[in-house]
Amino acid sequence: MIAFSVNGKAQSIDADPTTPLLWILREQVGLTGTKYGCGIAQCGACTVHLEGAPVRSCSIPVAAVAGRSITTIEGLAKDNKLHKVQQAWLDHQVPQCGYCQSGMIMAAAALLNQIPKPTDAQIDDNITNICRCGTFQQVRQAIHAAAAA
Amino acid sequence: MTTVLNPTRRSFVLGGALGGGGLALGLQLPFGPTAADAAEGPAQVIRDANGFPEVTAWVVIRPDDTVVIRIARSEMGQGTLTGLAQLVAEELECDWGKVTTEYPTPGQNVKRARIWRDFATGGSRGIRASHEYVREGGAAARTMLVQAAANRWNVAASECVAAASVITHTPSGRSVTYGQVAEDAARLEIPKGVKLKDPKDWKIAGKPLARLDTLGKLTGAQVYGTDLKLPGMLNAAIRDCPVQRGSLRSFDATKVSRMKGVRHVLQVGTSAVAVVADTWWQAKTALDALPIEWDEGAGAKASSASIAFRLKEGLTASQAFTGNSNGDARGALATATKTVEAVYDYPFQNHAPMEPMNATARYTPERLEVWVPTQNGEASFAAATEAAGLPADKVEVYKINLGGGFGRRGFQDFVTQAVLIAKQIPGTPVKLLWSREEDMTHGRYHPIMQSRLVGGFDAQNRLVALHMRLSGQSIIADVAPANLVNGMDPLTFQGLYQPGEHGFGYTVPNLLIDHAMRNTHLKPGFWRGVNANQNAIFLECFVDELADAAGADPLEFRRQLTVNHPRNRGVLDAVAERIGWSKPAAPGVYRGLAQMKAFGSFVAAAAEISVTGGNRIKIHRIVAATDPGYAVNPAQIERQVAGSFVYGLSALFFGECTVKDGRVEQQNFDTYESMRIRHMPKVEAIVMPTGGSEPWGGIGEPTICVAAPAVLNAFYRATGKRIRSIPLKKHGITFA
Ligand code: FES
Ligand code: FES
Repeated sequence: MIAFSVNGKAQSIDADPTTPLLWILREQVGLTGTKYGCGIAQCGACTVHLEGAPVRSCSIPVAAVAGRSITTIEGLAKDNKLHKVQQAWLDHQVPQCGYCQSGMIMAAAALLNQIPKPTDAQIDDNITNICRCGTFQQVRQAIHAAAAA
Repeated sequence: MTTVLNPTRRSFVLGGALGGGGLALGLQLPFGPTAADAAEGPAQVIRDANGFPEVTAWVVIRPDDTVVIRIARSEMGQGTLTGLAQLVAEELECDWGKVTTEYPTPGQNVKRARIWRDFATGGSRGIRASHEYVREGGAAARTMLVQAAANRWNVAASECVAAASVITHTPSGRSVTYGQVAEDAARLEIPKGVKLKDPKDWKIAGKPLARLDTLGKLTGAQVYGTDLKLPGMLNAAIRDCPVQRGSLRSFDATKVSRMKGVRHVLQVGTSAVAVVADTWWQAKTALDALPIEWDEGAGAKASSASIAFRLKEGLTASQAFTGNSNGDARGALATATKTVEAVYDYPFQNHAPMEPMNATARYTPERLEVWVPTQNGEASFAAATEAAGLPADKVEVYKINLGGGFGRRGFQDFVTQAVLIAKQIPGTPVKLLWSREEDMTHGRYHPIMQSRLVGGFDAQNRLVALHMRLSGQSIIADVAPANLVNGMDPLTFQGLYQPGEHGFGYTVPNLLIDHAMRNTHLKPGFWRGVNANQNAIFLECFVDELADAAGADPLEFRRQLTVNHPRNRGVLDAVAERIGWSKPAAPGVYRGLAQMKAFGSFVAAAAEISVTGGNRIKIHRIVAATDPGYAVNPAQIERQVAGSFVYGLSALFFGECTVKDGRVEQQNFDTYESMRIRHMPKVEAIVMPTGGSEPWGGIGEPTICVAAPAVLNAFYRATGKRIRSIPLKKHGITFA
């Protein structure tokens, strides 16, 4: 049994300790908002927060998060209110297919925690997620809007 | 529901017009009569699953005035769902704030004589090929609602007006909402020949409205195919022969059958093996450990070099299919004062939508159900029916949200696989999910193509002849050979063809554009933008070469050639003006242009770039113009245009699938790279619909084709180097 918390809720999971956190979240915790895109830490679709820092959950064995706390896209909105990044995403109509956006939003939220008013260059350095639909122009606008909110 | 599956057997080729450049699939299904033959009568009210009445097949209205608009095409990010709803709502005169949407199922469409018509979502046809009948559906529903209100008041319908879901009897001021008369309206006969609004009177369509489907994508709530959960569901991972068209020889299940969670190790068709386990991660882990022997077949001998060699031979082969010609190009080139010649090439590329291929199936001998993110629900239905060996009335397919498509999800190989797996475990739902590696290995790749172009000038430096020879794959020859025209694949000539949705946009006195078909074991597919992508690079870069040879400005040279093509010239002029072509660019900044007609839309792009060290490109600015005739949602068009540069420039800079021992070498995004936000140029979209009576143009694909040539032409101005072979990474050129 491996114990950790997800979105403030304690979890105790029976799994091979090498199983990537992504698949534990999706298949055992039952939170499917975190997506699989590559499995090799390239695309960022699986981004979650581990103790507040953005990590690619496809490339972290579940054993590594024992005793730690994780936030997924499902836990970002608080008290029925969208997180400011989600709100900016809505206002700027960012998503196309939306599949990459859980990870994109989690990466952006983590960036704003770290750098409240990022420059374009800081956005470029920190947001490395792939979006095949090509929403980057709106992503950039929405990050600036969320920073100003 | 009164209609039943009509026993009349009739075959339909799913996917619509071949020339549409989309998902023309050669699948045949027995269907009932067409919608036109068997328009449903008014006698009985048809209700949705919740018991609410249909007012035409396109609209369900609930007592609380909620309007449910039926969408037959698939939403995969391109915004079609919202656009189609806007068109129906416009004619319906309903309250946009109370609109929601739903997908009718392919099985219902079959049962109801294809009342929702074509489900295929490709070739940028989602809106342009259905706007007329969906608007008619909305207008017919409005007419019925107004008539129901008039009947209630015993007045003439002509004295009543509808606006924002309220019908008002003008003389008396009485009013009633749609929800209050929907039951009565649903009993009325569906009127024929309803008049549609003039687009200049649109209030909902044509406006930059917010999408209807955003919120669930922000919270993790939206369920994609990969996210589906069914009671008792198992998960499958699959490996198909890594050399396409090869087969499975053997596998040793005993090596993995005791691994944790593993339930079944199954052969799938003749070429694949799947592990079915409690979780997908367990299935994938076991599959990775499974010893498998393949019979790789003839394809195993192929390499990128051997394929390129065959294509090169085609550049000068005597046999070729003519797609477009006028005058006598060969004769005029023989007598030209000066000729210019160049050879270009374009590689295989994979679609790589962010969500890997998947499908979920539950089979019993009495019923098959399939849940699948698909670009063509009817083709999924056909594939599922065939794989199950069940009659059509025992099959249902539920469309589920797509994490991108780009053409890949018009193919149904993963549906067939899921059904073949589920059939071996009757009663148990199984979700099949491909790994990214499987997606890279089993793409339906962008066709590989080479082109040799020769232009000829007379003594006055006027372009008198152009011969453009294409050599490479035909998509249609592989996926729907019955649709070849005397052996020729017209789709190969997108953007180069005779007048029509992909008509050539220049006038050259002596023209020959032909195709030496050279197919490969690697399967080709409709890759967002399809053949317009390479054709625009070949043509628009070569036109720049011709301008240079003539000593002409690239814009002026194109303007001369587009005298008879005012809409091509219109978009070209628009981008030239916005980028400031008539004034010099900032020091160190260079410009390039490209234009084409694709999928019925006229598109042009102008790029401003600088180059450092001869190989690092900074794109400062892109201006892109689109004339689709009519624009249903300008805000969504702008997003499609910006996104098109991500797809098109990712392809230009990074996109290449190379072949070794018959296998695609790139297995994931580490070697098949895609643009990130740091690469994203500023894109300014000019949406300039010019109206008129020509068929509407599409949006999702056309712009992609002008992205690469605009940048390549600017690169030449910056460096004096012509890059004629894609992608840039193989020349050591990358983003600054
Ligand atoms: S799935 Fe984790 S980075 Fe792509
Ligand atoms: S919105 Fe589709 S991949 Fe990003």
